[in-house]
Amino acid sequence: MTLAVKAVGIRKSFGSHEVLKGLDLEVAYGEVLCILGPSGSGKSTFLRCINHLETPNGGYVWVDGAIMGYELSRGALEGLPVKRLRAQQSQLGMVFQHFNLFAHRTVLGNVIEGPMVVRGLSRAEAEARAMGLLEQVGMAAKASSYPSQLSGGQKQRVAIARALAMEPRVMLFDEPTSALDPELVGEVLEVMRNLARGGTTMIVVTHEIGFAREVADRVVVMIDGEIREMGVPTHVLSNPGDPRVRSFLSRVLA
Amino acid sequence: MHHSHSSSTSALSLADLPGPDVAIRPLHHPWRWISGGLVILLLAVIGRAFAVGQIQWTVVGEFLTAGVIITGFGWTLLISACALVLGVLLGFAFGIMRLSENPILRFAAWLYVWVFRGTPVLLQLLIWFNIALVFPRLYIPGLIDARMVDVVTPFVAAVLGLGVNEGSYLTEVVRGGISSVDKGQKEAAHTLGMTPGQTMRRIILPQTLRLILPVLGNSAIGMLKFSSLAATIAMGEMLNAAQRIYFINGAVIELLFVCAVWYLAGTTVLSIGQYYLERHFGRDGAAATRERRWFKGWARRPVAPGEA
Repeated sequence: MTLAVKAVGIRKSFGSHEVLKGLDLEVAYGEVLCILGPSGSGKSTFLRCINHLETPNGGYVWVDGAIMGYELSRGALEGLPVKRLRAQQSQLGMVFQHFNLFAHRTVLGNVIEGPMVVRGLSRAEAEARAMGLLEQVGMAAKASSYPSQLSGGQKQRVAIARALAMEPRVMLFDEPTSALDPELVGEVLEVMRNLARGGTTMIVVTHEIGFAREVADRVVVMIDGEIREMGVPTHVLSNPGDPRVRSFLSRVLA
Repeated sequence: MHHSHSSSTSALSLADLPGPDVAIRPLHHPWRWISGGLVILLLAVIGRAFAVGQIQWTVVGEFLTAGVIITGFGWTLLISACALVLGVLLGFAFGIMRLSENPILRFAAWLYVWVFRGTPVLLQLLIWFNIALVFPRLYIPGLIDARMVDVVTPFVAAVLGLGVNEGSYLTEVVRGGISSVDKGQKEAAHTLGMTPGQTMRRIILPQTLRLILPVLGNSAIGMLKFSSLAATIAMGEMLNAAQRIYFINGAVIELLFVCAVWYLAGTTVLSIGQYYLERHFGRDGAAATRERRWFKGWARRPVAPGEA
C-alpha cells in the first residue's frame, strides 16, 4: 500500500470560529475514501485544505512526496512561490459542488484549457485527449456546446473530464451531486463509479450514503471539525461506536 | 332548466352564444391617435420655426463639407479614439489594482478614482494644458529631457485629460465586471494549476470584457461628444474649427448646426456598431445576456459617495 495523501494535524479557523480541530488522514493509491457528516461539520473545508484552496492555519498536507504549499527547510515549512503551489495543486483534480465551468468556453474548451496553458500541450494533442475523456463521461456529442446550454448533470460530467485532463494523482469531489436535480444524480455517480472501478484514487465529500456504502473502501464521518469514525463502510455505517455518529447516520438513513 | 336570463341582464346564457364565425371588433385606442397627432403637430411647429427662423440653411450646407470642418472632425475622431484607448487601458489597470491583495495598490487605485472622478473633466483639461506651469521641464533620466510646453501640446493635453478622466469611470466598471465573474471559476482555474496571471488573462478578463462591452459602447459615444471640450484648450478639433470660422463670418448658429450634424452622424455610426458588437458577443446562450442586462443596470446606477 503506497500512500498518496497524508494530512497531518490540519487546523482551520474562520475568525474566531474553529472549523477544523487538528485532522489526520491517510489515503493510499487506488483507494476511494468518502467523507460523510452533517452540514457544517467542516468536511468541505477539510477537502479544500487538502488542495490548499484554503490555507490551513496549522498542520500540513503531504501529497506524493511533497508538502503542499511549503518546502521543508531547516526544520521549518517555508512557503512556496505561487507558481510551484499551482503545480502541486494540479496534481489534485477537483470537482466542485457548483461545477465552476468556464462560462465563456465550450465544453471542449473547458477540458483543453489546463493541458494547454499549464502543461503546454499543443491544441491538437489536447483536443484529441479531451475528446477521449469526454467520450469516457458520455459528453463527446456536446463538445461544442457552452456550459449555459447543459443540464446540471452534464455540467458536472464535463467538470470531471476537465479535472481528469490534468492527469491528477488524486481526484477530490466536493459534494458533486448536491446541486443536482434528483433525476440527474445517477448519471454523475455512474461516472464516478466507473472511475473508482478503473483504480482512480478518490476523496469524496458526499451526502450519498448509498454511494459510499457501495463504492468506498473506507468512510470517514466528521462531526464538529473532528473525525469521529473511520473504517470500512459496512462497519462504520451499520455499527458506529460514537453516539453522535449513530444519531447522524440514523437521521440520514431514515 | 337553467334558461333564466331574465334574472340578470349581464349573464350570457349558453343559448345566446354566437357561432364561431362571429365578427370581432378589437378595442379602439382613440387616445393613441390623439396623442400621436399632437406630437406630430408639435414637431411640425418646431420644424417650421427653424425653417423660417434666422438661419441661412445654405450656409449650413456649404460648411458641412468645408475642409476645415472635415479636418476638425478628423481631429475629433482621433482625440476620441486615443482617449478611449487610454481610458480603457487605465480602467483595466486600476480596476485590477482595486481588487489586489496588496492594500497599497488598492489605495492607489481608490485615490485615482477619487481624484479624477471627483473633479470636472473641463477643469482637468485646463490643468493638463497648463501643467507646464507646475513642471517646466519633463526629465526622465536617459529617456526624455524636454520643455513641458513642447511635450504637452493641446492634442496631448486633450487625450490625457479625457482619457485619464474616462479611466477613472472605467476603473469602477472593470472592478464591477471582474467581481461579477463567479469566484468558483477562479478556484477551478487554480486547481488546474493556472497562475493568478493566467487566470486573470484567460478566464476572468475575457468574461469581464463581455460584461462591460455595452458600457464601453456608451463610453465611446460619450467620448466623441466630450472631445468638444478640447475646443477650450485651443485644440483644433471640429468645434474649435467652427468657432474660428464664425468669429470671422458671424454665422454662429449655422456653424454650430454643422457640428451638430457631424456629431449626430458619428454617434449614430457608433450606436449601430455597438448593437452589432453586442449581438456578436451575445451568441453563447441566454444566461450571458441576462447577466449583461443586470450589469448594465448596475453600471448606470449612481455610485454612493462612500464607494467612490
